[in-house]
Amino acid sequence: MRRRPDERRSAEGVAVIRDRPQFAGTAAASREALKAHEALAVAAHEAQAPLDVDCVSVRYGGDAVLQEVSIKVAHGAQVAVVGPNGAGKSTLFKALVGLLPVRSGRILVHGRPAGGRADPVAYVPQREEIDWRFPVNVTDVVMMGRYGRTGWLRRPGSADRRAVADALALMDLSGLARRPISELSGGQQQRVFLARALAQEPHVLLLDEPFTGVDVTARQKTLEVLATLRERDVTVLVSTHDLELAATRFDRVVLLNRRVIAQGPPAYVLTTEHISEAFGAQAHVFQGMVVIDECCPPPGTIEER
Amino acid sequence: MFHWLTDPFTLSFMQRALVASLIVGVLCSVLGCYVVLKSMAFLGDALAHAILPGVAVAYLVGGNLLAGALVAALLVAFAVSFFTHEGTLKEDTAIGILFSAALSLGVVLISTIRTYATDLTHILFGNVLGVSRGDLILTGALAAVTLATVVALYKELLLVTFDPVLAHTLRRRPGLMRTLLLVLLALTVVVSLQTVGVGLVAAMLVTPGATAYLLTRRLSTMMLVAAGLGAAASVVGLYLSYYLDVASGAAVVLTATGFFVVAYLFAPRRGLVVRWARRGPRRAAGEGGAA
Repeated sequence: MRRRPDERRSAEGVAVIRDRPQFAGTAAASREALKAHEALAVAAHEAQAPLDVDCVSVRYGGDAVLQEVSIKVAHGAQVAVVGPNGAGKSTLFKALVGLLPVRSGRILVHGRPAGGRADPVAYVPQREEIDWRFPVNVTDVVMMGRYGRTGWLRRPGSADRRAVADALALMDLSGLARRPISELSGGQQQRVFLARALAQEPHVLLLDEPFTGVDVTARQKTLEVLATLRERDVTVLVSTHDLELAATRFDRVVLLNRRVIAQGPPAYVLTTEHISEAFGAQAHVFQGMVVIDECCPPPGTIEER
Repeated sequence: MFHWLTDPFTLSFMQRALVASLIVGVLCSVLGCYVVLKSMAFLGDALAHAILPGVAVAYLVGGNLLAGALVAALLVAFAVSFFTHEGTLKEDTAIGILFSAALSLGVVLISTIRTYATDLTHILFGNVLGVSRGDLILTGALAAVTLATVVALYKELLLVTFDPVLAHTLRRRPGLMRTLLLVLLALTVVVSLQTVGVGLVAAMLVTPGATAYLLTRRLSTMMLVAAGLGAAASVVGLYLSYYLDVASGAAVVLTATGFFVVAYLFAPRRGLVVRWARRGPRRAAGEGGAA
């Protein structure tokens, strides 16, 4: 089910943030936050960070989409990746799971190069990347999350069925278990995707725009899952347009536009200067408020796939 | 009383024709489900035509025509897989180039043959009534291997057709599975040549699968229903061919098309009539026209 362009606009048309002290602080507060962030980064290094992106560049048809991106994520941290359309958020995630070749730099998962046989990384792409008219039901799709563990030529076993049932229950989908995916709403599709990622039992979960174009229930469910994942010590990266959400619900924020503009605690990252730098002409500052105009990306930016 | 049902099959060539038609009907329909779901109809058609040079070469050197067809189909399947591997070419572009090149090569080779052989026309339009015992054994063996692979790798093939990205992140070898699917498709096309011929293979691949798609909601049931429809179309088509004295391949395809039309109109959930009744005549008609 494809969204029409005007629906998309109303869903993420304008993100408004009030210039509250917590994320537009003074230079001193910013330095404090940075220091704390550095301490965190050191700790992360010592505990063999589950995700270590080191100076990674990715090109897409001759165009440098990511330039020397370095991100180190601590075990169990929840990180928001924020940036305008075409900033390379999806590209970053695709590179992290080995879907796009890395031009230079390296990506380590638990200290090992990404792309190994049993990477514990789950990736939830944007919903448009799937043919939702395909003749499978909700349980079938969630069971696919287990295929990495079920051997070749093997049928899923009772442990797999239990994991699927648990994931469905957590996403409030038990009642829809036998429903064909063609009959789901956009929000339900999102929940199916999340359930499938949970069934994978990943150490690292990458969610690409899970809050874009979904209903309130799906949004609420996604936030609940984030809380559950925090208890389970799963490391989570979420890409989003929603600066308010990034500021309030995440430990760390990576502000991205082709390169990392800033990263660290929300209070350090989400300052007016940083946001203006990342969003360019799309960011308007007036009377202590930052308004991001997402309706019409400025010319020259590439619409992200 | 039922003489008209049993009469045709007192002849041994009709018995062989029936078995061959059933095998092809089932095999095409099952593989056709992937063709319908992945919009690969063009590829199926291209594979069928690309077989021509292989057949021509086999004929010129006096080898087995089916073996020649098989080699050519596999070559084209691998070539398509190779050219689209790194995303340099879009698949339909790669298919378009290879398809016309292979077809031209086939025509060039055939034009060197002085006496235009009936064997080659049979390859083009099928000749199920001329199936020999040896052909039948080869057909059966290839079909068995293909269907066994589909059953054994059901979950891997489902994953790669539904969500190649997940197949990749789960390290389920999506590239290998895609190539395997192409090879299975090539085998199916070759097996089908004798019954429906180059021109009509695509129809047998697409029509029963498309009919089953309208009637079912899960891939496994879709495959079973498609197989049933393909088998039924083969048997009914063969009777029509016998009593009306028309070409058997075309009769089978037209029967399958008849099933599709009925399903399109009367399918329980997706049929035109149900949609009509549910939403009012005007909208359903508009939708049907747009589709």
